[in-house]
Amino acid sequence: MTVISSEKDPEALTLTIVSEFSAPVERVWRLWEDPRQLERWWGPPGYPATFTRHDFSVPGRSVYYMDVPEGDRPYGWWSFLSIDPPRFLEIEDGFGDETGEPTGDIPPGTFEVTIEPAELAAGGPGTRMTITNRFVSLEQFDRLMEMGQEIGMTLALGQIDDLLAGG
Amino acid sequence: MSDAEVDAVFHALADATRRDIVARVAVREQSVSALAERYAMSFAAVQKHVAVLERASLVRKERRGREQIVHADPATIRRARRLLDELESLWRNRVDRMADILEEGNQQ
Repeated sequence: MTVISSEKDPEALTLTIVSEFSAPVERVWRLWEDPRQLERWWGPPGYPATFTRHDFSVPGRSVYYMDVPEGDRPYGWWSFLSIDPPRFLEIEDGFGDETGEPTGDIPPGTFEVTIEPAELAAGGPGTRMTITNRFVSLEQFDRLMEMGQEIGMTLALGQIDDLLAGG
Repeated sequence: MSDAEVDAVFHALADATRRDIVARVAVREQSVSALAERYAMSFAAVQKHVAVLERASLVRKERRGREQIVHADPATIRRARRLLDELESLWRNRVDRMADILEEGNQQ
């Protein structure tokens, strides 16, 4: 199982996803560093992402767009707040125009990526990647879904699910 | 769900007492006074929590004699749950795509 845990904090509006890969730390880092690899996993199937700019440095900026089947072409940007290869990344991301200028009044979110060598739960050496996604507001929700991103939040609904399922 | 409705649902469920109230009334309708007995807070405080849940359409309240009875509104709970499931699955898919790319490299 690639994702080994997922934790949601509704108060802090964060989503933390921990995953493990049977690949070295440097290889996992390239998934973020190389825009051609990045655009293969950033957008969901049917919503491919194209990074037109990827200045992988501090201060640096990336610009991408998504091809949405409905014909829209929303643009997003990343701003690199911290890069410590091959272990740590902090990125601010938001919506913008084709030059990467932020648009609208929707506040950007941030995410931190920690990549570290680990003994895999499945056995053997590999890499653990922890992504913590922070959001300031829920206004982004519809646009985020459109852009194929995720909002960092979860509620302790498991208990309610069980109750509803049971009765 | 509009943005405002989504905000109301998330705000309503961001509090542990309110989540507990929703969980309890999802099983069986309860009066506000019965709920108030379960928590170390005043009747008025519990009433306020119920009002927040009502605005988010997570519960409905009706007056029955001298009692105010609180029911769950399962349609809204199901919508919120679907929304969260979708968000988490998007994240998991993204990580799965990363694993697929790494796997290709191993095969070369």
